[in-house]
Amino acid sequence: MARALVNVPAKVKRGDVVEIKVLISHPMETGFRPDPNGKFYPRDILKSFACTYDGEHVFSAELFPAVSANPFFSFTVVATQTGVLTFSWTDDKDQTQVQTAKIEVE
Amino acid sequence: MNPAARIGGLALIAMLGAFAARAQIADADRKSGAAFMSAQTQEMQRDDGANPGMLAALDGESLWNARTGGAGKSCADCHGEAQTGMKGVAARYPAFNEASAAPIDLQGRINLCRQDQQKATPLAPESRDLLALSAFIGLQSRGMPTAPPDDPRLTPFRERGRALWSQRMGQLNFSCAQCHDDNWGKHLGSAPIPQAHANAYPIYRLEWQGMGLLQRRLRNCMSGVRAQAFPYGAQEFVELELFLAERARGMPVETPGVRP
Amino acid sequence: MQQDHPSEGASRRAVLTGAASAALIAVSPAARATMSEMDEAIRAFTKGAPIKQGGVKVDIPILLESGNSVPAVVSVESPMTPADHVVKVALFNEKNPLPQIAIFTFGPKSGRAWVSTRIRLSDSQKVVAVAQMSDGGFRMGMIEVIVTLPACAEER
Ligand code: HEC
Ligand code: HEC
Repeated sequence: MARALVNVPAKVKRGDVVEIKVLISHPMETGFRPDPNGKFYPRDILKSFACTYDGEHVFSAELFPAVSANPFFSFTVVATQTGVLTFSWTDDKDQTQVQTAKIEVE
Repeated sequence: MNPAARIGGLALIAMLGAFAARAQIADADRKSGAAFMSAQTQEMQRDDGANPGMLAALDGESLWNARTGGAGKSCADCHGEAQTGMKGVAARYPAFNEASAAPIDLQGRINLCRQDQQKATPLAPESRDLLALSAFIGLQSRGMPTAPPDDPRLTPFRERGRALWSQRMGQLNFSCAQCHDDNWGKHLGSAPIPQAHANAYPIYRLEWQGMGLLQRRLRNCMSGVRAQAFPYGAQEFVELELFLAERARGMPVETPGVRP
Repeated sequence: MQQDHPSEGASRRAVLTGAASAALIAVSPAARATMSEMDEAIRAFTKGAPIKQGGVKVDIPILLESGNSVPAVVSVESPMTPADHVVKVALFNEKNPLPQIAIFTFGPKSGRAWVSTRIRLSDSQKVVAVAQMSDGGFRMGMIEVIVTLPACAEER
């Protein structure tokens, strides 16, 4: 399925509010786009995205076809400890992909 | 929706009818297509963490290292690290190909290696893998000046491209030059007309919601004036690409670009 | 809908479409059928609770060069503490085939109730953000945007 570009600042100070960027490769086919035969390309979207920090919820999203192709999310997290950010996204067929990134807190 | 439905052929003619002839752009006045974009789209191109073209480049990196074809070889097996082996390569394409005694663009060159070196099937025009490899190889020239080869064998081909550039075409009877040399900076509908420099390809185009190579972009311009576009891979396209590379000589490569 | 609409404590309906349509609701039993799909979707999100205007900012460049990838930034004023934070922010639009765009969930770990994303807008229209606060209250903000089209698009 998709692959993603995850952007987490390499080193941050404890208590900092840190900006995270995630760009996921996915067509987000809306189901409303006509194909050359007068039908519609079948819907194929990511329906959810989530980010956790050592298992704790940080940010998540329920997605609809109005989210652009190659979904992009930027959001913040409070850097409390050196740990792992886990990003996951799930498509219409309930397939989930996971990517992780380390966050180092001084 | 077709472009005629969007702006209307007659409206287009009326708009361009009022245009002045300005002729060839002086070097000092040259501007990348990015200069005509909104601040947000410029930022999307500039920020590697937000530029969707970087996803294609990432895919390209995997393909670069993947063994495939009858020879079971990866690009990396012969060329090593792309960061060194492919540095500056995209900036000097199209180039002359001895075997066919004709110019080939970067995609043609990639497919030669696919067929002759990897013993694999050539990648289809605008296919995901060709876009990915092109973006990845192009990225290795990012920031370097566009540097078409000074190869006299290319001259007749480039001159044919130049002639095509000035030739009126399509039901609307416009040449590339009329829009891009004479009237850049003006608007067609709400879209600004850029100078048509090809220094950011392949691009991620918002309109396409995906990546595309220069030929796809050129086909869009041809259907914009309701001309029958050349098929992908046509010699005419490679000749136009040669001319565009010369026209952009010295301009920094921006691959992967983002365009509206 | 104006930013200075006297909507504090007003019903969700009045908040969303202004006094005129609120009056229509009062006189016409069939009014619900005229509710826009966006209003319906917002109602489903708030379960009919009243929405306060303000404190929610939707940032979209007013003039867009493509509706396919519209940069949108949503932020909500909140201390984002365990006791007082934003729980969810839902984005809605008027004219796409579906009224929903995305529903974002935050928490105290978020630090800020802020998200930057890219959305599709089929046409010039209103985009509304509704925030659900940890005390159960709702707030909203909106923006009106103009979508333009590229000159030389693909033949389809
Ligand atoms: C009627 C005016 C018009 C004509 C004629 C025209 N173009 Fe274009 N071209 C545009 C516009 C407008 C754009 C910008 C994209 C858009 O909004 O469609 C563009 C974009 C381009 C670009 C992309 C530049 C970038 O920054 O990525 C290239 C390259 C280009 N044109 C080449 C050509 C060539 C070659 C021809 C002749 C075959 C041609 N154009 C004919 C109007 C025109
Ligand atoms: C078996 C070895 C081999 C493999 C595998 C191979 N190449 Fe090549 N490649 C070559 C050789 C040899 C040349 C130089 C050919 C020439 O100059 O005629 C070349 C030339 C090139 C060039 C032009 C370089 C320049 O300086 O102009 C590009 C681009 C290129 N290869 C890309 C690729 C890509 C992409 C792949 C994988 C899909 C690949 N090659 C796989 C051997 C290989």
